[in-house]
Amino acid sequence: MPIVRALLTRLITTFITLFGAAVIVFVVIRVVPGNPIAMMLPPGATEADIDRLKTLYGLDKSILEQFLIWLGNVAQGDFGTSITLRQPVYDLVIGRLPATLELSIMALLIAVVLGGAAALTATLYRGSRVEGGIDVAGGIALSLPDFLWGLALILLFGVLWPLFHISGRISPSLGFDFSSNFFLFEAIARMRFDVVADLMGHMLMPALALAIPLAAIILQLLKQSLKECMHDDYITLARTKGYSESSIILRDALPNAILPTLTLIGVQFTFLIGGTVIIERLFSYEGLGNMAIDAVINRDLPLIQGIVLVFALLFTLVNLLVDMTYAALNPRLRHA
Amino acid sequence: MRDARGQIRRLPGLRLWLSGGWLTFLVLAAVFAPLISPHDPLAQDLFAGRLPPVWEQGADPAYLLGTDSLGRDVLSRMLHGGRLALIVALVAGTLTCLIGASLGLIAGYYRGWADLVISRFIDIWMAFPPVLFAILLIAVIGTGLMSVIIAIVVIDWTRFARVVRAEAMSQGAMDYVASAQVAGRSRLGTALSEILPNVLPTIVALLTLEMGIAVIVEAILSFVNLSISTDQPTWGGMIAEGRTSIYQAWWVLVFPLFALFLTVLSFSQLGEGLKDHFDPVLR
Repeated sequence: MPIVRALLTRLITTFITLFGAAVIVFVVIRVVPGNPIAMMLPPGATEADIDRLKTLYGLDKSILEQFLIWLGNVAQGDFGTSITLRQPVYDLVIGRLPATLELSIMALLIAVVLGGAAALTATLYRGSRVEGGIDVAGGIALSLPDFLWGLALILLFGVLWPLFHISGRISPSLGFDFSSNFFLFEAIARMRFDVVADLMGHMLMPALALAIPLAAIILQLLKQSLKECMHDDYITLARTKGYSESSIILRDALPNAILPTLTLIGVQFTFLIGGTVIIERLFSYEGLGNMAIDAVINRDLPLIQGIVLVFALLFTLVNLLVDMTYAALNPRLRHA
Repeated sequence: MRDARGQIRRLPGLRLWLSGGWLTFLVLAAVFAPLISPHDPLAQDLFAGRLPPVWEQGADPAYLLGTDSLGRDVLSRMLHGGRLALIVALVAGTLTCLIGASLGLIAGYYRGWADLVISRFIDIWMAFPPVLFAILLIAVIGTGLMSVIIAIVVIDWTRFARVVRAEAMSQGAMDYVASAQVAGRSRLGTALSEILPNVLPTIVALLTLEMGIAVIVEAILSFVNLSISTDQPTWGGMIAEGRTSIYQAWWVLVFPLFALFLTVLSFSQLGEGLKDHFDPVLR
């Protein structure tokens, strides 16, 4: 069964990648100058106090021992205790992860809708000024990264024309009591549309900043695949049957052209999640990335380790999922 | 169809000229920054804080683009910030290119265990959010121009390695490579004299794109206050300051942001234009 073997190989490489990521995180952080213990102690602490804390955090053992202990704990879901926030890292990360996931998924949806609509429109009006305009807009959208789009959106819709919130995740005045950290999903499930509107008003700008470059990538690839399809025989056949151009593009060309774009979206989704780090900072959005930057600035080693590792896990899982979906969708690989 | 093709062919010329023009202007401004800056970029004047640009009411004509909250001249800070942005773009871009492209060439042409090791490292690198990785590195090795450059090289070499590896692999399978080897050329000789020239156009286009990325990474690092020391004016640092006083003094944010926009756009358009220029199908 070649497909089982391919899957197994893929799982093993995923595991090696994750292990490598863990090693690198550990090595990078262990060379941090600046003693984390010193930051935790009040002035006038004795040698004995320092030693006690070192033993508590396992810093008195050899590097290899520390790594093995840390890895063993991580495997059991124990990421240690944050030095600055004095809470279990696992709880902190799990508390913030939903905010980042909601933002990433929202951004992905916006990118797919924007990029897809632009590609379909450009294909419908191919060869005209409309296509030229969409191409130029797509080129500019692709040239500038999410960080710059975020700043531009803050200026446009936060200052010049203040339509949306440009900082935070929810208005504190709302006083809504959430029972989970998936604020948006929960508000939708509980049909509180005033809360949904407030959450969207906060999320839209950062999500759009993340979405614009990806939308441009989707536009370019989907448009190219659609155009190649438009020369195929079945399109000519549909035309002779008298279907309108727009229904031919939607019903006949799109299903045949979409596979490369789907794969690309999967790969690009990890880049988008990576972008949340600085975008959350820019919009003071209380997600994982914003917490990560604080953790780095405060030299909170256990927290940094936990967050970076969770990101690595998320990335490798998304990549694995993409590969498996591709194998399932592509008939050539299915029957290989 | 024919129409769109024509547009594609006409556009690169304009694109290359506009982006080349802005970058030339930027280089000149950066080189002569100490001569043409109207003020010392670090000089504070608390009595002249948050002055608007000249065309607004209440401006001081001595400060063309206004001042920030500490009364420092925005124009002079932008000119000096441009210097740093360009140094980072050139040095970090070139180093990233050299290291990444070499590793990609080795992996793609020699294959075997070298490819296995390099590819595995690329996979591991792809598992980190690049911005977080860069911030972490700077926190570890300390701030400063050198650190920023090192961080960019360390996080971004995979961009070159991935592309060059794939290109070298497809070139290596071609007949002209086989015939060079039949003719008795050494492996290294073939890699350098046959493969490299064919991959070079891609590398040059990528390098231009990378310079734009380097400028952005430097700005992001200055934005979270982890770049070159706070004494040095940087675009990212100005933007971070402008973000906090956006309702009181928009010009502190807008002008450096505009410069950053044009610079990144120019680098990437130049890169795209070069890519099209080298692409035999479009040519």
